[in-house]
Amino acid sequence: MVQILEFEREIFALENQIHELVSMSHMYDSVGDITHEIGKLHKKVRHMKHDVYAKLNGWQKTQVARHPDRPHTLDYIGYIFTDFIELHGDRHGGYGPSVVGGLGKFGDQSVMIIGHQKGRETQEKIHRNFGMSQPAGYRKALRLMKLAQKFRIPIINLIDTPGAYPGIDAEEKGQSEAIATNLFQMIDIDVPIIVTVIGEGGSGGALAIGVGNRVLMFEHSVYSVISPEGCASILWGDKDKVVQAAEALQLTAPSLLKLGVIDEIIREPLGGAHRHHKRTAILLKKALRKNLHDLSRLSPDELVHQRHEKFRKLGEVGFEVGA
Amino acid sequence: MYWFDKIKKKTGLGKKFTEAGEIWVECKSCKEQIYTSELAENLKVCPKCDYHFRIDVWTRIHQLLDTGTFVEKDKGLVATDPLKFKDSKKYKDRLKTALKKGATSDAVVTGPGSIEGRPVEVCFFDFSYMGGSMGTVVGEKITRTIERAIKNQMPLIIVSCSGGARMQEGILSLMQMAKTSAALSKLSKAKLPYISILTDPTTGGVSASFAMLGDIILAEPEALIGFAGPRVIEQTIRQKLPEGFQRSEFLLDHGLIDQVVHRSDLRTTIHQLLCLLKNDPVFPAEVNKKQKGLQV
Ligand SMILES: [Zn+2]
Repeated sequence: MVQILEFEREIFALENQIHELVSMSHMYDSVGDITHEIGKLHKKVRHMKHDVYAKLNGWQKTQVARHPDRPHTLDYIGYIFTDFIELHGDRHGGYGPSVVGGLGKFGDQSVMIIGHQKGRETQEKIHRNFGMSQPAGYRKALRLMKLAQKFRIPIINLIDTPGAYPGIDAEEKGQSEAIATNLFQMIDIDVPIIVTVIGEGGSGGALAIGVGNRVLMFEHSVYSVISPEGCASILWGDKDKVVQAAEALQLTAPSLLKLGVIDEIIREPLGGAHRHHKRTAILLKKALRKNLHDLSRLSPDELVHQRHEKFRKLGEVGFEVGA
Repeated sequence: MYWFDKIKKKTGLGKKFTEAGEIWVECKSCKEQIYTSELAENLKVCPKCDYHFRIDVWTRIHQLLDTGTFVEKDKGLVATDPLKFKDSKKYKDRLKTALKKGATSDAVVTGPGSIEGRPVEVCFFDFSYMGGSMGTVVGEKITRTIERAIKNQMPLIIVSCSGGARMQEGILSLMQMAKTSAALSKLSKAKLPYISILTDPTTGGVSASFAMLGDIILAEPEALIGFAGPRVIEQTIRQKLPEGFQRSEFLLDHGLIDQVVHRSDLRTTIHQLLCLLKNDPVFPAEVNKKQKGLQV
């Protein structure tokens, strides 16, 4: 079943109307009139989509970013890469199903693709733990990045997670250590790393694969230090204050571009990525190709240097020297 | 009320006056009443049950470093509120209130000092400043401290005491995790020791970055250490958490830290480790004891 978001209702109603008109068109004598009418409605729906999607607030974008029909890592892998072979395990007793990774071809270039995987149907969601990774997922990701480095293969990371898994076993196995170690080691990987936030960028669990030379973000994806719900319940003492919390957190792509946290926004087809998988994948492919091309000009040392400089600068604008 | 105010309330620091006019406090752990003077002499550790009270940043500096050697750096850095964050109150106003309340700038005090005459660069978290939360200023001060340590070839010590990233600085707080960890990778390449000291509490973005990246990681007894807060975990898994979960001893049992160290042994343990790592002679035990007596 298609899940319709609150602000999409009018759009869907209009689209249904068009659909009905089309299916009834054979009953009309004058086909010209109905074609004209359908054309008008198509135009109206396009305008409506444009208006609605141009004005989405932070909380609405969060809903789009979490939409179950939004393309996930494995969907993009299917659309963009060829000859993909998934690689499993952290080699330390963990499988890490919330993160998928493997080798594939991007055109004629071998690449390592790593991304959070949320799952769409109930069964898969449970298997993927809703994209909330255990330490094993992050350790697997690091292992694959080091493998890529060894063979001078560029790395493409896709972020889509509510956050690192908060559970007893995750703590026992060192959730903090796993994330910290990724931040510590990813910075020095000397092959290109391109990170794209494709859906939800949830805090440390997102950043754990987020230390890239380039950080891109889809138009309706979000990236935040804490979920709007978590922030609302802690700072407002009311978990229903999500609209205000999302607004205050500035978790949308344009805000993050302004803050210098991301480098580029990838446009989504009108109506959002969740309605147009293939077209969205093509847009991602184009962005990846351009960025890979740019980074291919940098030497291994320059890549590491550029990454260090990029993250060193973050927050430098966030303070002043007082008296 | 803020979450860290709530924690503060639970730490048993409610002061009361006895008939004699002496100030005493009730220990959170054993509920015994202890004279504050006695508590101070004992490094703010309960003499009855060894419960480690949370201590303020200047007491900590006094306990760990040689007297008069600490020189605070980057004191004037103040957050500029890049998000113009506002919940029930403006973040800008919260910053002003926090600055008025405490003598320090933001949630970490940094600078060089020495331990047993050995120069070190140190970061001390100040929990009373917005729960020791890490925003841009904390990230920047820690990064600068690491850079000074590299420049001056000095070991690094960070005493963490923090609830994690500061929400009011949004994504920029999260990025401080990457920034500080990246700086540590340079320290590591310079082959300079980094000793991470975890105190109650060390959670969230602080634990998931520099706090867990020490060459050596020590923790004070029974400190709460973890990625996710216990309440978040309880709500997620809908189970009661086991006794001692996410405490220092639990982390030791799971191979995540090197040692649980009593506050009275912290200074000597750090000194000893630095000597061992640098292949220098370690002071005889007697000297250590004498030095320990000097700290109070
Ligand atoms: Zn006690």
